[in-house]
Amino acid sequence: MHQLLRTRVNDFALKLANVNGTGSASANSLLMQAIFRMGIPVSGKNLFPSNIQGLPTWYEIRVNKDGYTARALDYDLMVAMNSQTYAQDVAEVREGGYLLYDSTWPLDPHLIREDLNYLAVPFSKMCNETFKEARERILMKNIAYAGTLVALLDVDMAVVEQLLDEKYSAKKAMRESNSKALRLGYDYAKTHLLCPLPFQLEKMNANDDKILIDGNTAAALGCVYAGATVAAWYPITPSTSCMDAFKEFCERYRKDPETGENNFCILQAEDELGAIGMVIGASWNGARAFTSTSGPGISLMNELLGLAYYAEIPAVIVDVQRVGPSTGMPTRTQQGDLMEAAYASHGDTKHILLFPSNPAECFEFAPKAFDLAERFQTPVFLMTDLDIGMNDWVVPRLIWDGSYTPDRGRVLNAEQVSQMAKFQRYYPEDENFVAARTLPGVHSKGAFFTRGSGHNKYGGYTETPSEYQEVVDRLLQKHKAAAKFVPAPIIVRRPNARVGIITIGGCDPAVREAVDLLAARGIPADYMRIRGFPFNESVEEFIQHHNFCFVVEQNRDAQLRSLLVLETSVTKDRLRSILNYGGFPLSARHVVEPIVSQVPPELQSVPTTKDSNVRTIVSDTWE
Amino acid sequence: MPSIAKPVAVHPSLHRNAIGLNLRDYEGAMSTLCAGCGHDSITAAITRALWELSIEPHMIAKMSGIGCSSKTPTYFVSGAHGFNSAHGRMAAIATGANAANRELTYVGISGDGDSLSIGLGHLCHAIRRNVNMLYVIENNGVYGLTKGQFSASADVGSKSKRGEANRLAPIDPAMLALSIGATFVARSFSGDKEQLIPILKAAVAHRGFALVDVISPCVTFNDHNGSTKSYLYTRKHMHKTTESDFVPPASEILATIGQSGTTTVTMHDGSVVRFTAVPEHYDPTNRQQVLTYLQENRDAIATGLLYVDESVADMHERKRTPATPLSRLPQEKLCPGAAALQELQEDFR
Repeated sequence: MHQLLRTRVNDFALKLANVNGTGSASANSLLMQAIFRMGIPVSGKNLFPSNIQGLPTWYEIRVNKDGYTARALDYDLMVAMNSQTYAQDVAEVREGGYLLYDSTWPLDPHLIREDLNYLAVPFSKMCNETFKEARERILMKNIAYAGTLVALLDVDMAVVEQLLDEKYSAKKAMRESNSKALRLGYDYAKTHLLCPLPFQLEKMNANDDKILIDGNTAAALGCVYAGATVAAWYPITPSTSCMDAFKEFCERYRKDPETGENNFCILQAEDELGAIGMVIGASWNGARAFTSTSGPGISLMNELLGLAYYAEIPAVIVDVQRVGPSTGMPTRTQQGDLMEAAYASHGDTKHILLFPSNPAECFEFAPKAFDLAERFQTPVFLMTDLDIGMNDWVVPRLIWDGSYTPDRGRVLNAEQVSQMAKFQRYYPEDENFVAARTLPGVHSKGAFFTRGSGHNKYGGYTETPSEYQEVVDRLLQKHKAAAKFVPAPIIVRRPNARVGIITIGGCDPAVREAVDLLAARGIPADYMRIRGFPFNESVEEFIQHHNFCFVVEQNRDAQLRSLLVLETSVTKDRLRSILNYGGFPLSARHVVEPIVSQVPPELQSVPTTKDSNVRTIVSDTWE
Repeated sequence: MPSIAKPVAVHPSLHRNAIGLNLRDYEGAMSTLCAGCGHDSITAAITRALWELSIEPHMIAKMSGIGCSSKTPTYFVSGAHGFNSAHGRMAAIATGANAANRELTYVGISGDGDSLSIGLGHLCHAIRRNVNMLYVIENNGVYGLTKGQFSASADVGSKSKRGEANRLAPIDPAMLALSIGATFVARSFSGDKEQLIPILKAAVAHRGFALVDVISPCVTFNDHNGSTKSYLYTRKHMHKTTESDFVPPASEILATIGQSGTTTVTMHDGSVVRFTAVPEHYDPTNRQQVLTYLQENRDAIATGLLYVDESVADMHERKRTPATPLSRLPQEKLCPGAAALQELQEDFR
């Protein structure tokens, strides 16, 4: 019962429902990569369980010629390969959409929706007849449905074959099995199904200067380029692949070709307390050191983060946020660590946070994080999340500025120390309220006692109120001074906008799409994506310029909004929250509806679509 | 008291070490610990050992956690950087520091609370990694700064000042370390400088992690009748397993070899530790024998260089890091550059 639909090119979403641990991931990323190579804007979101084998897992692919690649929520096609979740998967397909299923077994009549088109392919039967080994039969079923999708969506087969060639160049048998399975699914579709579907792919050239990369890999690469030599960590989802990637890049780029020596040291610590301790020890000694972790790790690190803050020792922490509290949902995404990271540790503490929105910024911000950590002698957090960290994103090719020189901050060398009458650790300070430090092993005149106990500006132990306050007051000033150095917000202005929409991190694509959709519905809005904490002054200016702003973020307690209220002079009533915190990446729909229902009619205007006056601004002030 | 500065005058007749420094150059600030504290004697022994080893003060890194013991790095080698970190975390911080700069001599000072309770995990893993450092546990069986609670090293039946007896089995750092592959384990008594100094010197020369457990009575909270960590009890119950002598690399050592009852172990830096086993047949190079000996002599306090193995690679050797400290590698060696990035990105297409 094919419904006749208008043909849509390069604008649809599909969802693949699988069982985890069955090898579906490679089939799904094969499709995603093929679409990428066809030059079409695409995104892939892996919605996976905290489990190794047997539980439901989904993969979503959104294709959009205009570049809107946030999560779609409206699925034109469901690839229902998991009988455990059939009912839910059938229910999620948009009206008039398609459902592809394994017809080896009959579909439960309860699962038939009158408005859907059912595509039946006997994947198991075909694979069981073609392949002998039990494991191979399971694995190849995935490649078989990929083959069917190649036919249904008009994926370029040559591109798919090329990808398989590259992947299995060293495994001839695997290459053959894959080819066979791909053809099984493809040929069956071509013979029995109407191909292609009304929504289909067509080559574009939108990806010539793009790459496909996940944020953990990009952050690790950024750390390599930044010159990090010591990395200490404790395995934790979803940050583990960051350190795995760092190790891989170090093996590739940091091995001395002559001696085979490693110009890096990666320490798998006993726990996150140990990991951050190692980072602090190495940074104290002058190395660029970092850890990668997630919320539960930050909880454990709180103690020593306070030490690094108070004793003024650099440290870089890559926080790939997941759903909390407690163990929470380790394989789901959230922006739930903002408050925890901003004020980590007991007593009065404030930290520097950077908020990349995609893998390209993870790479770009990593050297920045080290520069800021050393310039301000303090911990710096690179706040990514599971969506950015573990999903493949299409981003502009990474660029490295060959003239980059690491900012090692104020570190005195032997000659400078020897010429001083007396070295004092926390005095005198510069215009950014930072005092020069010395490294061990340089000169005995530069020796001092690093301590987390009360100290005066000379570094000496103190319990005297005024001496103690003098130091912590300077630390507050130092934190404020960092506002000028963190990446400025990205601001996109729209004519006649009277409301502002503020967001951070991986919400970016969904919120940008929402801003365009809102304009089309008569609510032009200015957009600001915050990229660092302490807040750059243009953040406050943006808010003051609008009657009110919506703050879109992925946590229950409106943590970004709280930070804005706490750290600017903006009053609470000017900021309204749009929250989404169930654990999946944000969709424009999550943003549009709540805003439409809250914007009073007097602030709405005539709908506009594409507007040539839209201006993107980085690092300027408001007027 | 900290308000009393040490006089700076140096008597011309004071001996100088091989790099021309006298003992005063290895001293630190005045101790603020209680009069008679065992820790002060350990400080004196460390001062002496580092002076005798002729290590340049700025090439020493003094690491500690929190507690009475962890205050002591202030009291020796004021020309060395010190890091008084957080309770129990010193081993982890020292591991990272060592990873960044392998050229320094790391002197970690900890206590039984710091090492055997809150920091037990970090200690065990630093041992497993064989981080090249001296790790001293100033072991008094109590929490001093919080006024006398039992620590994890308190013996069963040992009484607190209030007369309460400890009922929990103690953690013996020496046995623990041996069981997880420690390569250097020694025990001594703060009141026995003769024994302690050569042990400390050998520990510094050791290739890897050197654990030195020093019984150090707490005169304020654990030096009474009924305590098994008092001066009196320790003096009565300690016995030596080995007598050791440390011979620096430059000294003539040939003459000492072959003496009856003496074993010599050549350390990684070429120095030599010469042992005389006090109980007959005690072999400080046989891990199983040492464990059995300690197990069988639990009622006594076995002291001396209990175990040593110079054949195991330390953390840096295992990690194959270069001789130049990682912290000093120039950016050109670390950054693959723009061209490499473009090439790499073909993998991301």
